Amino acid sequence: MRQNEHHAPETVERFLDSTLESVDSAEELAVGMAQRAGFDEDELMRIGMAVRESMVNAVVHGNRYNSNKKVRFSVTHHGERFTVQIADQGEGFDFENLPDPLSPENLMRTSGRGIFLIRSFMDEFQMRHLEPGGTEVTLVKYTVSK
Amino acid sequence: MSVSLKTRQVGDVTVVDVAGRITLGEGSSALRDALRDMVGKNQKKILLNLGEVSYIDSSGIGELVSGFTTVTNSGGQLKLLNLNKRVKDLLQITKLYTVFDVHDDEAGAIRSFA
Repeated sequence: MRQNEHHAPETVERFLDSTLESVDSAEELAVGMAQRAGFDEDELMRIGMAVRESMVNAVVHGNRYNSNKKVRFSVTHHGERFTVQIADQGEGFDFENLPDPLSPENLMRTSGRGIFLIRSFMDEFQMRHLEPGGTEVTLVKYTVSK
Repeated sequence: MSVSLKTRQVGDVTVVDVAGRITLGEGSSALRDALRDMVGKNQKKILLNLGEVSYIDSSGIGELVSGFTTVTNSGGQLKLLNLNKRVKDLLQITKLYTVFDVHDDEAGAIRSFA
Protein backbone atom coordinates (compact mmCIF):
# COMPACT_ATOMS: atom_id res chain seq x y z
CA MET A 1 0.00 0.00 0.00
CA ARG A 2 1.34 3.44 -0.87
CA GLN A 3 1.24 6.36 1.53
CA ASN A 4 1.13 10.02 0.60
CA GLU A 5 -0.98 9.55 -2.49
CA HIS A 6 -2.75 12.87 -2.10
CA HIS A 7 -0.19 15.57 -1.59
CA ALA A 8 1.28 18.56 -3.36
CA PRO A 9 3.87 17.78 -6.01
CA GLU A 10 7.39 17.81 -4.65
CA THR A 11 10.32 18.74 -6.86
CA VAL A 12 13.97 19.13 -6.06
CA GLU A 13 16.50 20.35 -8.60
CA ARG A 14 20.26 20.55 -8.25
CA PHE A 15 23.19 21.43 -10.48
CA LEU A 16 25.89 19.01 -9.43
CA ASP A 17 29.60 18.88 -10.02
CA SER A 18 30.94 16.14 -12.25
CA THR A 19 32.33 14.05 -9.40
CA LEU A 20 31.68 10.67 -7.83
CA GLU A 21 30.59 12.50 -4.69
CA SER A 22 27.73 13.96 -6.72
CA VAL A 23 26.70 10.44 -7.66
CA ASP A 24 26.38 9.60 -3.97
CA SER A 25 24.52 12.84 -3.24
CA ALA A 26 22.05 12.34 -6.05
CA GLU A 27 21.33 8.77 -5.04
CA GLU A 28 20.81 9.77 -1.44
CA LEU A 29 18.48 12.60 -2.38
CA ALA A 30 16.43 10.46 -4.73
CA VAL A 31 16.11 7.59 -2.27
CA GLY A 32 15.07 10.01 0.48
CA MET A 33 12.30 11.42 -1.64
CA ALA A 34 11.30 7.95 -2.80
CA GLN A 35 11.03 6.84 0.79
CA ARG A 36 8.68 9.76 1.53
CA ALA A 37 6.70 8.77 -1.54
CA GLY A 38 6.04 5.43 0.09
CA PHE A 39 8.18 3.00 -1.92
CA ASP A 40 9.18 -0.22 -0.15
CA GLU A 41 12.74 -1.38 0.49
CA ASP A 42 13.12 -3.34 -2.74
CA GLU A 43 11.82 -0.41 -4.79
CA LEU A 44 14.10 2.01 -2.97
CA MET A 45 17.04 -0.19 -3.87
CA ARG A 46 16.02 -0.26 -7.53
CA ILE A 47 15.45 3.48 -7.69
CA GLY A 48 18.75 4.15 -5.94
CA MET A 49 20.66 1.92 -8.32
CA ALA A 50 18.98 3.38 -11.41
CA VAL A 51 19.84 6.89 -10.24
CA ARG A 52 23.40 5.87 -9.43
CA GLU A 53 23.93 4.28 -12.85
CA SER A 54 22.44 7.32 -14.60
CA MET A 55 24.60 9.71 -12.61
CA VAL A 56 27.73 7.69 -13.31
CA ASN A 57 26.94 7.85 -17.01
CA ALA A 58 26.51 11.62 -16.81
CA VAL A 59 29.62 12.25 -14.71
CA VAL A 60 32.00 9.71 -16.23
CA HIS A 61 30.90 9.28 -19.85
CA GLY A 62 29.02 12.53 -20.48
CA ASN A 63 30.95 15.19 -18.64
CA ARG A 64 34.14 13.12 -18.21
CA TYR A 65 34.72 14.51 -14.74
CA ASN A 66 35.13 17.99 -16.27
CA SER A 67 34.99 20.50 -13.45
CA ASN A 68 33.57 23.07 -15.86
CA LYS A 69 30.56 20.92 -16.64
CA LYS A 70 27.55 20.36 -14.44
CA VAL A 71 24.96 17.65 -14.15
CA ARG A 72 21.38 18.88 -13.90
CA PHE A 73 19.56 16.59 -11.50
CA SER A 74 15.89 16.77 -10.59
CA VAL A 75 13.47 14.57 -8.70
CA THR A 76 9.69 15.04 -8.83
CA HIS A 77 6.92 13.19 -7.11
CA HIS A 78 3.58 14.06 -8.64
CA GLY A 79 0.61 11.81 -8.18
CA GLU A 80 1.52 8.32 -9.25
CA ARG A 81 4.74 9.31 -10.96
CA PHE A 82 8.13 9.52 -9.35
CA THR A 83 10.40 11.09 -11.94
CA VAL A 84 14.15 11.59 -11.96
CA GLN A 85 15.78 13.59 -14.70
CA ILE A 86 19.53 13.77 -15.23
CA ALA A 87 21.24 15.84 -17.91
CA ASP A 88 24.92 16.17 -18.74
CA GLN A 89 26.82 18.64 -20.90
CA GLY A 90 28.82 16.10 -22.82
CA GLU A 91 29.11 15.43 -26.51
CA GLY A 92 26.23 12.98 -26.62
CA PHE A 93 26.40 9.42 -27.85
CA ASP A 94 24.50 6.98 -30.02
CA PHE A 95 22.08 5.51 -27.49
CA GLU A 96 19.94 4.00 -30.23
CA ASN A 97 22.53 1.32 -30.94
CA LEU A 98 23.76 0.11 -27.60
CA PRO A 99 25.17 -3.40 -27.43
CA ASP A 100 23.03 -5.94 -25.61
CA PRO A 101 24.88 -6.91 -22.42
CA LEU A 102 22.97 -10.20 -22.27
CA SER A 103 24.07 -11.44 -25.66
CA PRO A 104 26.65 -14.23 -25.51
CA GLU A 105 29.36 -12.12 -27.12
CA ASN A 106 28.88 -9.35 -24.54
CA LEU A 107 28.08 -11.33 -21.41
CA MET A 108 31.63 -11.36 -20.10
CA ARG A 109 32.38 -7.73 -20.88
CA THR A 110 33.50 -5.73 -17.89
CA SER A 111 31.23 -2.78 -18.68
CA GLY A 112 28.08 -1.87 -20.57
CA ARG A 113 25.38 -2.95 -18.12
CA GLY A 114 24.35 0.41 -16.71
CA ILE A 115 21.54 1.36 -19.05
CA PHE A 116 20.25 -2.20 -19.09
CA LEU A 117 19.98 -2.09 -15.29
CA ILE A 118 18.24 1.28 -15.35
CA ARG A 119 15.63 -0.07 -17.78
CA SER A 120 15.22 -3.16 -15.61
CA PHE A 121 14.63 -1.19 -12.43
CA MET A 122 12.40 1.64 -13.64
CA ASP A 123 8.94 1.62 -15.20
CA GLU A 124 9.86 4.17 -17.86
CA PHE A 125 13.22 5.26 -19.22
CA GLN A 126 13.84 7.75 -21.98
CA MET A 127 16.96 9.33 -23.38
CA ARG A 128 17.23 12.36 -25.58
CA HIS A 129 19.93 14.45 -27.15
CA LEU A 130 20.19 18.02 -25.91
CA GLU A 131 21.12 21.08 -27.92
CA PRO A 132 23.78 22.32 -28.20
CA GLY A 133 25.15 19.18 -26.57
CA GLY A 134 24.62 16.60 -23.91
CA THR A 135 22.23 13.85 -23.01
CA GLU A 136 19.17 13.90 -20.79
CA VAL A 137 17.66 10.80 -19.26
CA THR A 138 14.24 10.56 -17.65
CA LEU A 139 13.50 7.76 -15.21
CA VAL A 140 9.97 7.12 -13.94
CA LYS A 141 8.72 4.78 -11.26
CA TYR A 142 5.00 4.45 -10.61
CA THR A 143 3.87 4.68 -7.04
CA VAL A 144 1.11 2.19 -7.80
CA SER A 145 1.52 -0.92 -9.95
CA LYS A 146 0.18 -0.53 -13.47
CA MET B 1 37.49 3.27 2.80
CA SER B 2 34.19 2.23 1.23
CA VAL B 3 35.20 -1.44 1.03
CA SER B 4 37.34 -3.68 3.17
CA LEU B 5 39.07 -6.80 1.92
CA LYS B 6 40.53 -9.34 4.32
CA THR B 7 42.24 -12.42 2.99
CA ARG B 8 42.82 -15.70 4.80
CA GLN B 9 44.02 -19.11 3.75
CA VAL B 10 41.98 -22.25 4.19
CA GLY B 11 44.29 -24.94 2.92
CA ASP B 12 45.24 -23.92 -0.58
CA VAL B 13 42.16 -21.74 -1.02
CA THR B 14 42.44 -17.98 -0.57
CA VAL B 15 39.25 -16.65 0.99
CA VAL B 16 38.64 -12.93 0.58
CA ASP B 17 36.12 -11.51 3.04
CA VAL B 18 34.65 -8.47 1.28
CA ALA B 19 32.66 -5.92 3.25
CA GLY B 20 31.12 -2.62 2.25
CA ARG B 21 30.39 -1.08 -1.11
CA ILE B 22 31.79 -2.32 -4.40
CA THR B 23 30.99 0.73 -6.49
CA LEU B 24 32.75 2.82 -9.10
CA GLY B 25 35.83 4.39 -7.57
CA GLU B 26 37.52 3.20 -4.43
CA GLY B 27 35.47 0.07 -3.94
CA SER B 28 35.77 -1.46 -7.37
CA SER B 29 39.42 -0.42 -7.69
CA ALA B 30 40.30 -2.12 -4.42
CA LEU B 31 38.72 -5.38 -5.54
CA ARG B 32 40.45 -5.20 -8.91
CA ASP B 33 43.85 -4.56 -7.35
CA ALA B 34 43.41 -7.34 -4.80
CA LEU B 35 42.48 -9.91 -7.44
CA ARG B 36 45.34 -8.89 -9.71
CA ASP B 37 47.71 -9.13 -6.79
CA MET B 38 46.53 -12.65 -6.01
CA VAL B 39 46.89 -13.76 -9.62
CA GLY B 40 50.34 -12.23 -9.66
CA LYS B 41 51.23 -14.33 -6.63
CA ASN B 42 49.98 -17.41 -8.47
CA GLN B 43 47.07 -17.99 -6.13
CA LYS B 44 44.88 -20.33 -8.13
CA LYS B 45 41.94 -20.93 -5.83
CA ILE B 46 40.07 -17.80 -4.80
CA LEU B 47 36.80 -17.63 -2.91
CA LEU B 48 35.14 -14.23 -2.64
CA ASN B 49 32.96 -14.08 0.45
CA LEU B 50 30.43 -11.36 -0.38
CA GLY B 51 28.27 -11.82 2.71
CA GLU B 52 29.04 -8.35 4.06
CA VAL B 53 28.74 -6.49 0.75
CA SER B 54 26.08 -3.88 1.31
CA TYR B 55 26.01 -2.47 -2.20
CA ILE B 56 27.32 -3.29 -5.65
CA ASP B 57 26.80 -1.35 -8.86
CA SER B 58 27.47 -2.23 -12.49
CA SER B 59 31.13 -1.29 -12.05
CA GLY B 60 31.38 -3.74 -9.19
CA ILE B 61 29.72 -6.41 -11.30
CA GLY B 62 32.25 -5.59 -14.00
CA GLU B 63 35.12 -6.15 -11.59
CA LEU B 64 33.70 -9.54 -10.57
CA VAL B 65 33.54 -10.49 -14.25
CA SER B 66 37.01 -9.13 -14.91
CA GLY B 67 38.38 -10.99 -11.92
CA PHE B 68 36.72 -14.20 -13.00
CA THR B 69 38.19 -13.91 -16.49
CA THR B 70 41.66 -13.04 -15.22
CA VAL B 71 41.76 -15.87 -12.71
CA THR B 72 40.32 -18.39 -15.14
CA ASN B 73 42.70 -17.38 -17.92
CA SER B 74 45.60 -17.90 -15.54
CA GLY B 75 44.46 -21.46 -14.91
CA GLY B 76 42.77 -20.75 -11.60
CA GLN B 77 39.26 -20.76 -10.16
CA LEU B 78 37.27 -17.91 -8.67
CA LYS B 79 34.05 -18.68 -6.82
CA LEU B 80 31.50 -16.66 -4.87
CA LEU B 81 30.15 -17.21 -1.38
CA ASN B 82 27.21 -15.84 0.63
CA LEU B 83 25.47 -13.65 -1.92
CA ASN B 84 22.84 -11.45 -0.36
CA LYS B 85 19.58 -10.79 -2.14
CA ARG B 86 20.79 -7.61 -3.82
CA VAL B 87 23.92 -9.16 -5.32
CA LYS B 88 22.09 -12.34 -6.26
CA ASP B 89 19.31 -10.38 -7.99
CA LEU B 90 21.84 -8.34 -9.94
CA LEU B 91 23.74 -11.39 -11.10
CA GLN B 92 20.50 -13.06 -12.12
CA ILE B 93 19.20 -10.01 -14.01
CA THR B 94 22.49 -9.72 -15.88
CA LYS B 95 22.53 -13.47 -16.61
CA LEU B 96 25.82 -13.84 -14.74
CA TYR B 97 24.51 -16.00 -11.90
CA THR B 98 25.13 -19.20 -13.84
CA VAL B 99 28.57 -18.06 -14.97
CA PHE B 100 29.90 -18.04 -11.46
CA ASP B 101 30.04 -21.02 -9.12
CA VAL B 102 28.00 -19.66 -6.18
CA HIS B 103 27.90 -21.18 -2.71
CA ASP B 104 26.01 -20.54 0.52
CA ASP B 105 28.28 -22.57 2.75
CA GLU B 106 32.01 -21.95 3.12
CA ALA B 107 33.02 -25.51 3.87
CA GLY B 108 31.18 -26.75 0.82
CA ALA B 109 32.72 -23.99 -1.29
CA ILE B 110 36.22 -24.93 -0.15
CA ARG B 111 35.60 -28.59 -0.97
CA SER B 112 34.36 -27.70 -4.44
CA PHE B 113 37.73 -26.42 -5.60
CA ALA B 114 39.40 -28.96 -7.86
